Amino acid sequence: MDKAQLELVRGTLDVLILKALAWGRLHGYAITNLILRQSDEALLVEEGTLYPALWRLENKGLLESEWGLSENNRKAKFYWLTSEGRRHLRQETKTWEAYAAAVGKVLGATRPPVAEES
Amino acid sequence: MKQIPFWRRYARLLRPDVRADVDDELRFHLAAKVDELVAQGVRPDVARREAERQFGELSAVQEVGERLGHDRERTKQRRDYWSGCVQDLRYALRTLRRDRAFTIITVVILALGIAANTAVFSVVNTVLLRPLPFPDSGRLTWLESGRGLNANLREAAGLSGLTYTVAAYEEFQRHNQSFQQVTSYNPFFGNGEFTLTGHGEPQAVLGLMIADNFFQTLGVQPTLGRLLTKEECQKGGRAAALLSYAFWQRQFAGDPNIVGQAIILNKTPVVVVGVMPSSFDFGSVFSPGLRIDLYVPAIMDVVRNWGNTLAVVGRLKPGVGVAQAQAESDILFPQLKAAHPDWFEDYSSTITGLKEFVTGKLRRSLIVLWCAVGVILLIVGVNLLNLLLARAAARSKEFAMRMALGAGRGRLIRQLLTESLVLSIAGALLGLALAFAITIYLAHQGPIALPLLSSVRVDGAALGWTILIAVATAVLFGFAPGLRISAGNLQDALKDAGPGMSAGRKHERMRAALVISEVALACVLLVGAGLLLRSFLRVLDVDLGFQPSRAAVIKVDYDDGNDRNSRVRRGAILREMLRNIDAIPGVEASGIADMLPLGRNRSWGFQAKGKQYPKDMALVALVRIVTPGYLGAMGMHLLEGRDFNWQDTDGREAAVIVNQAAARRFWPGEDPVGRLALVNGDTRVIGVIADVREHSLEFSAQPEMYLSAAQADPEGAELVIRTKLAPEVLASSVMKTLRSLNPAQPAAEFRPLQQIVDHAVSPRRFFVMLVASFALLGLVLASLGIYGVISYSVTRQTQEIGIRMALGATAFQVQRGVIARALRLALAGVTLGTIGSFAAAKWIASLLFGTRPTDPATFAGIVVLLCAVALFAGYLPARRASRIDPMIALRTN
Repeated sequence: MDKAQLELVRGTLDVLILKALAWGRLHGYAITNLILRQSDEALLVEEGTLYPALWRLENKGLLESEWGLSENNRKAKFYWLTSEGRRHLRQETKTWEAYAAAVGKVLGATRPPVAEES
Repeated sequence: MKQIPFWRRYARLLRPDVRADVDDELRFHLAAKVDELVAQGVRPDVARREAERQFGELSAVQEVGERLGHDRERTKQRRDYWSGCVQDLRYALRTLRRDRAFTIITVVILALGIAANTAVFSVVNTVLLRPLPFPDSGRLTWLESGRGLNANLREAAGLSGLTYTVAAYEEFQRHNQSFQQVTSYNPFFGNGEFTLTGHGEPQAVLGLMIADNFFQTLGVQPTLGRLLTKEECQKGGRAAALLSYAFWQRQFAGDPNIVGQAIILNKTPVVVVGVMPSSFDFGSVFSPGLRIDLYVPAIMDVVRNWGNTLAVVGRLKPGVGVAQAQAESDILFPQLKAAHPDWFEDYSSTITGLKEFVTGKLRRSLIVLWCAVGVILLIVGVNLLNLLLARAAARSKEFAMRMALGAGRGRLIRQLLTESLVLSIAGALLGLALAFAITIYLAHQGPIALPLLSSVRVDGAALGWTILIAVATAVLFGFAPGLRISAGNLQDALKDAGPGMSAGRKHERMRAALVISEVALACVLLVGAGLLLRSFLRVLDVDLGFQPSRAAVIKVDYDDGNDRNSRVRRGAILREMLRNIDAIPGVEASGIADMLPLGRNRSWGFQAKGKQYPKDMALVALVRIVTPGYLGAMGMHLLEGRDFNWQDTDGREAAVIVNQAAARRFWPGEDPVGRLALVNGDTRVIGVIADVREHSLEFSAQPEMYLSAAQADPEGAELVIRTKLAPEVLASSVMKTLRSLNPAQPAAEFRPLQQIVDHAVSPRRFFVMLVASFALLGLVLASLGIYGVISYSVTRQTQEIGIRMALGATAFQVQRGVIARALRLALAGVTLGTIGSFAAAKWIASLLFGTRPTDPATFAGIVVLLCAVALFAGYLPARRASRIDPMIALRTN
């Protein structure tokens, strides 16, 4: 865990949570772990931000939750996506990809922009 | 997927605990972390300490969690509730659509009940509850003189006994302490009759003579122009008038430029200074049915020697009550009389709130009406309850099934409530539409002599009343069957599908009780309506003393010069006019009077010459100034002596014809013909006529005198024409004749004499029609109730009847049994209803005329009517019962 961890860009936490849940129902701790693993340990979501985000998403109707038993037989709250949540995820993913591509283009530019003809 | 743990099943038993949920969730997170650390080789105690440290930091998160959790719970509950409601609504609409007949009957019954209630409430609200349409109208009061006179005199004097002289009015205005303002108008409306010329055909217009501060006291401002100034109300001031809104619209097409222009009234230019607002309708407040066209100043110095001519209205000072003003006037008027020995009387006054004066006489009638629609609502309610109970009985299996499947009691009741709410909202909407139609109809009943009726409308208060009724009905009648159903035993309900079970019997007893009460209520309503109807017929039956049929009246105008010779000239003019009218083919008789019976009146002093009367005797009589032929044209009966002739003119001996009432009062036990009376001097009695209902159909005649138009000064002229033809046929030829004699003859209405009688009985007719239609509605509803119960019991006993018929009962016996049951219900209801009716009849005794509250004919008639209706309502199901085929009946079920 000594790797340099990245600060979460504002607004990306929600979409990360939704993506994590796209694989199936998970409890909060598993969500953190999943994001950590899938980002090659680059993104650590802290409890202080994870849970409020989860609850907010649930209130918005993007998630649903129910109590269940964890792998170690502990009482844990599981979350899963609603169909609304799935739709939201698809949309946000598209937005994010477009954004990332645009930022990538600008940052990866090797030539100054051609002056536009007037 | 993990198996659902056992505690999940009970998680919903208690209210969800948001705080514990958040706590548990965070604790799990930390425990999972500890597990991971331990797995990585960290010592368990270190790991736990680390976790606890972290947990401390999470308290802020916990708070956020709780708040969001509560939000979530709330929206969830709301969503659950709404989805439940939508479900209920959908289900209700579906079931109601399926039971179309039930739905339509229920909605129509409710609509009728609600329409009647809303319409009557609108009337009651307008006339009784709402203040008069003037600012701060609670302080407006009505002053009526004649408090010091005995009842006899007051009655005999008519309007003259209730009004004031200019001197009395001005003195009271000057010296009183209780009133902010005291104002007056001239209620002898004939004084304000004008002929308008210069705008098309000459027009008869009616002006109200008002004091200079009349509108200021009422607090009414003109919509256009200004009010009359003090100068315009003085003798010699510029002639000015205000237009009423309706007249302005009708005559001048709402042209605003008319303000400031002169119009020609009785050949004199009068400047229009303003137009009164449409909201101000003098007639509807002060004299129902009267249409005032314009307002002209009462020039006090001219009116001063006309005698009692002013009706007085006052505005109390803030904080002063009617009683206080009354106390002051009781002291003040005798003092004023002492200071003015020339006054005829002391003008002691009765002071009432203006609202009381306008609507006081109607209070009882309107409350009766209100109660009648209340009873209708009760009958409607009982009927609905009956229908719903029958339906609930039919649906008991359905409900038992739903309960067996886990529907809660509360949920079932909610379902029933939703159904009845849907029904009552539909009923209320339909009822409101009906009520709108009724109130619009009522508001346009121009000639009905009821105050404020033209401003009746369904307003916010009436709407609120409707909503209240609808919701109350829904709740009451949704709950009752709901409680019955949900209280019932599941097993019983499922088993009670078969006929003849005890619970079904109990159910039927309850419905029978409802029908009995319905019949009883309808009986009370019918008896009340019957008594009022009988009274109304009695009123119509009254011997008017004249023949209203085949006679018509038109206001005529002529110019007698208005000087010393005008009486002689008038005699000649009128004689010529009547001669021409009589020459028109179809005219049987004609004559002219200044005031017709059942209209306005005035009184003059009257006594037999040389007789001593008791001190408190009323030495006045109503005056009518007439031409020869008038008595015959009206169809009055001359009992003795002769009618006037054209020789009874100025300069000859003054002649008077008296009515029987006057003969009885002034010459008790003697024959007055040929004797001398004192009416502004010696006057010879030339005839006696039978009494005429001069004031109202419901009060006996007061002393009256008839004077010759050529010997006394009339106030206006009404030409009465008796004809063999329909009066309308003559209208144009009469008008042509009048125009040829006097081109300025205004285009006046040619009214059948019957219309005057109709107007006089219109308030009674109005109430009778309403109460009678409500009673009829009650009768229909009650018979519907009987039919429903009997019909249901026949259906339920199909099998039983089948068995009896299989055992040899004849169709007649079966029919008799069913009809007997219907009659038993009706008789029980009628018995109760008759008892109630006695009480109700006593209560409305003051509204009856010539009918005792215990009128046996009415009671017997209603009992027979109700039994006949019950017989009919029972006959239909009885016929069905007698046609039951035993084989089919026994096989079904």
